[in-house]
Amino acid sequence: MSEAASAHHRTDLAHHFESYEQQKQSSLLGMWVFLAQEIMFFAGLFVCYVVYRHMHPAAFAFGSQHLDWRLGALNTGVLILSSFTMVVAVVGAQTGRRKMIVCGLILTLLFGAVFLGVKVVEYGAKWQHHLVPGPHFEWHGDPAAGRAVQMFFAMYFVMTGMHALHMVVGMGIMLVMIPLAWGGRWTRENHNFVEGFGLYWHFVDLVWIFLFPFLYLLGLAGSGVHG
Amino acid sequence: MKLFDFPFFPETASTTAGSVDALFFFALAVSALFSLLIAAFIFIFFVKYRRQHAGDVGHAIHGSLVLEIVWSVIPLAISLVLFGWGAKVFLEVSTPPKDAREYYVTGKQWMWKIQHPEGNREINELHVPIGVAIKMIMTSEDVIHSFYIPAFRIKQDVLPGRYTSVWFEATKLGTFHLFCAEYCGVEHSQMIGKVVVMAPEDYQIWLAGGVAKSPVAAGEELFSQYACNTCHLDSREGRGPWLGGIAGTPVALVGGGKAVRDDNYLRESIMLPNNKIVDGYQPLMPTFQGQISEEGVLQLISYIKSLDGAGAAERARTDSR
Amino acid sequence: MAADHRSQGIAILYLLSVTVFFSIGGLYATLIRLELLTPKGDLFQPDTYNRLFTMHGVMMIFFFLIPAVPAVIGNFILPLMLGAKDVAFPKLNLASWYLYMIGATFTLYSLVHGGVDTGWTFYTPLSTTHSNTYTTATALGIFVNGFSGIFTGVNFIVTIHRMRAPGLTWFRLPLFVWASYATSLIQVLATPVLAITLVLLFLERTFGIGFFNPAVGGDPILFQHLFWFYSHPAVYIMILPSLGVISEIIAAFTRKPIFGYKFVAFSSIAIAVFGFLVWGHHMFVSGESPYAAMVFSALTMLVAVPSAVKVFNWMATLYRGSIEYSTPMFYALGFIGLFVIGGLTGLMLGTLGIDIHVHDTYFVVAHFHYIMVGGALMAYLWALHFWWPKITGRLYSGFWSHLSALLVFVGFNLTFFPQFILGYLGMPRRYHAYPPEFQVLHVLSTAGASVLALGYIVPLIYFLWSLKYGAYAGRNPWGAVGLEWETTSPPPVHNFEVMPTVDHEAYEHRVPPVAEQEPYRVVKYGL
Repeated sequence: MSEAASAHHRTDLAHHFESYEQQKQSSLLGMWVFLAQEIMFFAGLFVCYVVYRHMHPAAFAFGSQHLDWRLGALNTGVLILSSFTMVVAVVGAQTGRRKMIVCGLILTLLFGAVFLGVKVVEYGAKWQHHLVPGPHFEWHGDPAAGRAVQMFFAMYFVMTGMHALHMVVGMGIMLVMIPLAWGGRWTRENHNFVEGFGLYWHFVDLVWIFLFPFLYLLGLAGSGVHG
Repeated sequence: MKLFDFPFFPETASTTAGSVDALFFFALAVSALFSLLIAAFIFIFFVKYRRQHAGDVGHAIHGSLVLEIVWSVIPLAISLVLFGWGAKVFLEVSTPPKDAREYYVTGKQWMWKIQHPEGNREINELHVPIGVAIKMIMTSEDVIHSFYIPAFRIKQDVLPGRYTSVWFEATKLGTFHLFCAEYCGVEHSQMIGKVVVMAPEDYQIWLAGGVAKSPVAAGEELFSQYACNTCHLDSREGRGPWLGGIAGTPVALVGGGKAVRDDNYLRESIMLPNNKIVDGYQPLMPTFQGQISEEGVLQLISYIKSLDGAGAAERARTDSR
Repeated sequence: MAADHRSQGIAILYLLSVTVFFSIGGLYATLIRLELLTPKGDLFQPDTYNRLFTMHGVMMIFFFLIPAVPAVIGNFILPLMLGAKDVAFPKLNLASWYLYMIGATFTLYSLVHGGVDTGWTFYTPLSTTHSNTYTTATALGIFVNGFSGIFTGVNFIVTIHRMRAPGLTWFRLPLFVWASYATSLIQVLATPVLAITLVLLFLERTFGIGFFNPAVGGDPILFQHLFWFYSHPAVYIMILPSLGVISEIIAAFTRKPIFGYKFVAFSSIAIAVFGFLVWGHHMFVSGESPYAAMVFSALTMLVAVPSAVKVFNWMATLYRGSIEYSTPMFYALGFIGLFVIGGLTGLMLGTLGIDIHVHDTYFVVAHFHYIMVGGALMAYLWALHFWWPKITGRLYSGFWSHLSALLVFVGFNLTFFPQFILGYLGMPRRYHAYPPEFQVLHVLSTAGASVLALGYIVPLIYFLWSLKYGAYAGRNPWGAVGLEWETTSPPPVHNFEVMPTVDHEAYEHRVPPVAEQEPYRVVKYGL
C-alpha cells in the first residue's frame, strides 16, 4: 500500500503548481471566493423577501402561520447535525483516516436525505392545499391576508427550492466522493477537495439557518396584522 | 433652434426648461473645457516627447502626491457642484405647485388616453392652456411606459399598479412632441402624440367643443354603481371610513402604522384593500381588481378628492342608500 | 484544442468565439443603422426592428464585451505577467469556455427562432407577461454565460493571490493585473444577482408566479433594482480591463513607469467598489423616491473621480516620455479622448436635472457607446495589436494598422457624436420610426457607421494575413518591460522555459532596452 501511496503522492500535485502548499492555498481560496458568489446569489432573494415583507406585512404574517414550524425546526436540527458529520469527514481527511471520511460522508448524506424527505412532505402538503403560487393558487385562510399572501408563498418556494437545489448538488457530489474516499483518494498531504466541499456544505447549512426564522418563525409572534 | 435647416436644439417651452438648459450648458462647458485641456496636453506631449533615437527611454517620474490630490479634489468639487445644482433643478421639476390642475393619463399599448378635469378626453393629443400649472396623474394599463415632452424637459415613467405624476407650465404657444420613452413593445415608436399649447380663450373654446362628463361626475356614478356608498357613509357610522376631506392627510392604521392618504394609497385601498386597514375598522372591504378599469379608478379618486370633510352638501345630494 | 486546458489555448478559443458574436452583433447594428436612414419604418417590420436592437444588445454585452478583454487577453497574458505556468484552475477555465458556448447555444437557438423583443434590459411586466418571444431561452443563455464569467473571476482572483513569481509583490504588479483583479471582484460578486433575477423572471414567465406582478403585490420596479444592481457593475466589468490595457500600452510606448502607479492601481479597486453603489442612477424617472435619486446621484459623482485620476496620470506619464508612434499608441490616445467624452457625458447623466430630459433618449445611447465602443472595444483592439506578436509570434503591417486606427476613430465619432444632439433634441431610444426633422442627424450617424465598419474589417484582414505572411516577432518587438516579454513569442507550453523571479519595480525600463529588431515598417509622418 505504501508504494502505491508514494506513487500517488507524485501525481496529485497539479503540473502548474510549484508546491502542495500553493495547491492547497489556491484550492481553499477558490472555494471561499465561490462561496462569496453564492452569498450574493441568495442575497438577491433575501432582498426581495425583505422588500415584500415590508410592503405586505399582514400577508407575510398570515402566510408564515401556514408553515409548520416544527418541521422547520426538525430540519434545522438535521442540517446542523449534518454539518457536524461533515466536520467528522474533514477531520478524517486531515488525519488520513479513510474510514472516518467515508463514515462522515455517509452520515451527512443520510441527514441530507432526511432533510429533503421532510421538504417533500411539506411541499406535498402545500400542493394539496392549493398553496403553490401560480394560476392554481387558492387561499382559504383568513381573508385579512389579502392577495399578496401568494407572494409569501412565492418567496417560500423559490428560497427553499434554491436551497434544496444546492443540497441536491452537494449530495450528488457526496455520492461520488464516498467510493473515491474508500479507494484512498485523499491523504493527509492532499485532501483539498474534502475541505473545500466541507466549506460548501457548511454554507448550505448557514443559508437554511437564515431561511428558517425568516420564513417559519415570522407568524408565531402575535396576531396576523402587523404595522 | 435650427441650423442648416434641421433642428440642433429643442424648443424651450416650459417654466422649468430654462433651468434644465442652464444646468446642461454649465455641464457642457465644463466638459468641453476639460476635453480640450486634455486633448491639448496629449497633443503637445505627443509631439514634444516623441522618440528621437531607437534606444531612448523616458524619464522615470514615479508620481507626485500634490498633483494626485489636486486632480482628485478639483474634479470631485466640480462634480459635487453639478450634483447640487442638478438636485435643485430636479426638486424644482418634481414639485408641482399646490394649485396645479390635475389631468389624468392612462398609458396603454400603444396610446395615451388623457382626461381633462373638465371632462374632455383625448387620445394621443394634449391641449393645454398657456401659463397654467398642470399636473399629470398617470398610470398604465399594461406595461411600463414613459410620458415625455422634450420641449418642456419633463419625463416620468408610467407604471401599472401605481400612480406617478409629472407637472409643467407651458410658456410658449405651439405644437410640441409627446413621446413614449420607455420601450413598451411592438408599436413603441408609434406611441407618440402632440401637445398643443393654446391661449386661455382658445382653450376654453376648444373645451366647449367636446362632450364632457367631468371625472368627478363619472366617479360619483361609479361610487354608487359599485356600492361604495353602502359602507363609506358620511354619517361616519358605516363599515368603512368616510372619505371626505381625506386627500393627502395622514391616518393611523391597524397594528400601529401610519399612512398618508395620497393617490397611490387610494388606489391601493381599492385594489389591495387589506394591505392597509384604518385603525378602528375591520378588514371587510372586497377587492375591485379586475372589475374597475384604470380610468374608472382615476375617476373614483377624482370624485373622492372632491368630497369635503363636513359632508353636509354631499348628504343632501346623495340619497342612493 | 477544445480539450486542452492550458490558458493559452482557452484564450484562442475565446478569441474565435467572441469574434463570431461580435460579427453577429455588428451585423445587427448595421441593419439598425440602415433602418434609421429614413424617418419611416420602411426597411423592417417594427417587430423585427425590436428584435434586432434587443439581440444586438444581448450579443454585444454578454457574449462580446464582458468576456473580450478578460477571457481573451487575460487568459493569455495574465499568467505570463505573473510568471505563472497557467491560471490556478485550468480545468475550471476550460469549463468557463464550455459554459460560454452552452449559453451562446441557447441564445443562438433563440436567435434562429426570431430572437427576443424586450430590449436587453428585460423590464417587467413587458418581459414576463406581454412578450411572446423566446425570452426564456435567451435568459437561460445569459444565465449560463454568467457562470462562465463567475468562474473566470474566481480563477483570476486566486491566480493573482497565489501564483505570483517570487519577488513579484503586489506593488510590482503590472497595472493590467490590478485592473483584472478589480474586474474579477465585480464578476464574482455582481453576476450572481443577475442570475437570481433571471431565475425569478423565468419562474414568472413559465409558471405564472407573480414576483413582479402588482396584482399579487409584486413590484415591477424591484425587477429594475435587481437588474441594475448587476448591470451597473457590469459596465465596469467591460471597461476596467480596458483601462488596465491602456496603462500597459502607455508605459510601453513612453518607456517609463506609469505616473502615480499606486493611485492608478487603487483607482481600479475604487471604481469596482463604488460601482456597486450607484445602480439607481438608471432609475431616476422610474418611480424611485426623490431621496433615493439624490443619494444615487451623489454617489455617481464619486465614482467619476477615480476614472479622472487615471486619465490625469496617463497624461502625466506622457510628460518627458520617449513616445513611439506605434499603432497601439495611436489607439491608446484616441481611447483617452473618447473615454473622456464618454465619462463626462456620464457625469451629465448622473446629474438629476439633466437626466430627466435625456434619460431613455439617444443621449444615453451615445454615452454608453462612447464608453463601450470608443473605450472598451477599442482597448480590446489595441490589446490585440499590442500582444499579437506575443500570442502569435508574428508582426502585422504598420501602414494598414495605422490606417484602420484612423478609420475607427473618425467613423466612431461621426456615428455617435450626432446622437448626443439627437438625444437632447428628444429622440427616444428604441424607435424605428421618428419625426422627419431628426433625419439629417441619423444620416450622418449611419454614414459614420459605414466608415467604422470598414475600420473593423481591415484589421481582420491584416491579422489573418500576418498569421501566414507576417514577419517573425522576437521576444520583445516593442522593447517593453514585463515578464510576458521575457519569454518567447509565442510562449512555450508552460509559458516560461525557466520560471522567472522578479527583482525590479513595474515598468522599470533600463537603458538600453531589449529591442531585437525593428518591429515593422513604421510610416513616418514627417515629424
